[in-house]
Amino acid sequence: MKIAVCVKCVPDSSAHTRIDPATKRLDRSGEAALNAFDVNAVEEALRLREAAGEAEVVVLSLGPERALEPMRKALAMGADRLVLVSDEGAAGSDLVATSRILGAALERESPDLVLFGQQASDADGAVLQAAVADRLQRPLISQVAELRREDGKLRGKRQTEYGYDVIEAPLPAVVAVSDAINEPRYPSLKGIMGAKSKPQETLSLGDLGVAADEAGEAGSRTTVLALGEPPARGDTVKIEDDGSGADKILKFLLEKKAL
Amino acid sequence: MKTLVFLEHHEGALQKDSLGVLSKAVSLGGEVEAVVLGQGIEELAAGAGRFGATRVHVMDDVLLAAPLPQPRVDALETLVGEGGFDTVLFAASVLSADVAAGLAARLGAGLNYDLTDLVVEDGQLVGKRPALGDSVYVDAGWTSEPRLALVRSGTFEPSETGGSPDVQAYESRFQDFSLAATMVEQAHEEAEGPSIEDAEVIVAGGRGLGGPEGFAQVEELAKALGGAVAATRAVVDAGWYPYAAQVGQTGKTVSPKLYVAVGISGAIQHKVGMQSSALIVAINKDPNAPIFEYADFGVVGDLNEIVPKLTELVRQRRAA
Repeated sequence: MKIAVCVKCVPDSSAHTRIDPATKRLDRSGEAALNAFDVNAVEEALRLREAAGEAEVVVLSLGPERALEPMRKALAMGADRLVLVSDEGAAGSDLVATSRILGAALERESPDLVLFGQQASDADGAVLQAAVADRLQRPLISQVAELRREDGKLRGKRQTEYGYDVIEAPLPAVVAVSDAINEPRYPSLKGIMGAKSKPQETLSLGDLGVAADEAGEAGSRTTVLALGEPPARGDTVKIEDDGSGADKILKFLLEKKAL
Repeated sequence: MKTLVFLEHHEGALQKDSLGVLSKAVSLGGEVEAVVLGQGIEELAAGAGRFGATRVHVMDDVLLAAPLPQPRVDALETLVGEGGFDTVLFAASVLSADVAAGLAARLGAGLNYDLTDLVVEDGQLVGKRPALGDSVYVDAGWTSEPRLALVRSGTFEPSETGGSPDVQAYESRFQDFSLAATMVEQAHEEAEGPSIEDAEVIVAGGRGLGGPEGFAQVEELAKALGGAVAATRAVVDAGWYPYAAQVGQTGKTVSPKLYVAVGISGAIQHKVGMQSSALIVAINKDPNAPIFEYADFGVVGDLNEIVPKLTELVRQRRAA
């Protein structure tokens, strides 16, 4: 079995992120980390491999060359190799263009299972997996909190607004996992040392046969027209508890007549 | 504009958020039609007319009985093609996000998501999207038609205008891969206990509680304040608290007068379910938790000390 895990490198949660006013794109120059939900997806792939006895786990991403470093965390956890699609021409790709590029990269790998983290911390769309599933013409199970493989089929427990559904799909399939699905392992020292020598491939759009006008802004169908300030919000107060935190909350509630 | 609004339904009722999007679409002008997909849903379609749809397209098919996204992509692809719609609107949900994104890929159409407003500026549709933890507002546009949009849950209120629509049944083919995933067991809403959606005061617990036993103090505080108890997705999935109490993206959307967040980091998927609360109080040991960016009053500290003490203070106050 071959499992491809699609990951995204996002600004580190402690970093102050901003949108570049000139390009109207997210400024990704700061420290990068593997998107948290994607770490759950990597962990789930490793568990499926362990349960199956044998499987290849490929980590796939679209992003700048700097994404290689955070992606190595997945190799350190135990993934077998990584593929990064990195091309200036892909910058600014929206959902339609991104799903086209990722779809092409996945067609090239033709895995039995494609795993996604349900959503990214920097652009909370939770939409990419469904677009990619349509490109690949494969069944989709999203928001999965529990995943099992039985008789060559997948069974996913999907959380919706109404509770949990159980959905079954044959392989090959696309699955997006929530962060409730598992507790990701920490890479071992041996894993970290070994990560650098694992195969790491960087591909261009040309390698994938994606034309210039199908990627980046030219291949996108949405655009950012303007950036603005959010509507004004009331004042926020944050205090350190010095033993009087509870008293101060009570005082605040009384002031606001909330009791 | 010729707009199509996708109406989601569950257990015989049209979903409120999608009716809100329909009302908004009507207020923006142009021709507004709606679509209902499922099995045994004709009556639901007629009801959509009260919210301003002049025509409601219905595809009633056993293959649409389960709330799975991919057959709906096929059904919408057919309708958008035949009906000549230039705009297709969705209210965000687990199902609708998958349907909208699948349709975007199928049609090569632009999808703007997580929108908190829709306006027409200079004759063009513009979506407003908060980004980076709501610190920036993006005006999002489309460069081709059809324009697809997903609106954040709880954004627009439905408003009844009355009227009976022209209900039109239609048919569509399905792709083989769209029918490959099947529903084995479908969720049913647990109707037990009072609904947190109606509570005026909510005390909510998250991972910071450390375990299911941590909810005892949340329940005590809720009792003292005369409120209900809510929980984050992480702790519901971990089995610490029942699903019916979940607030956030895939749970309930609430707007009480007071929301006390205990041990909750406040990531965006929780925030969308409670941000319209009148007052938000947060207790968390992590000073960098996102919740402090939008809590009216935040205390950085040990919840195990602060919560019991606050409960006692509230009790004393109430007794006085």
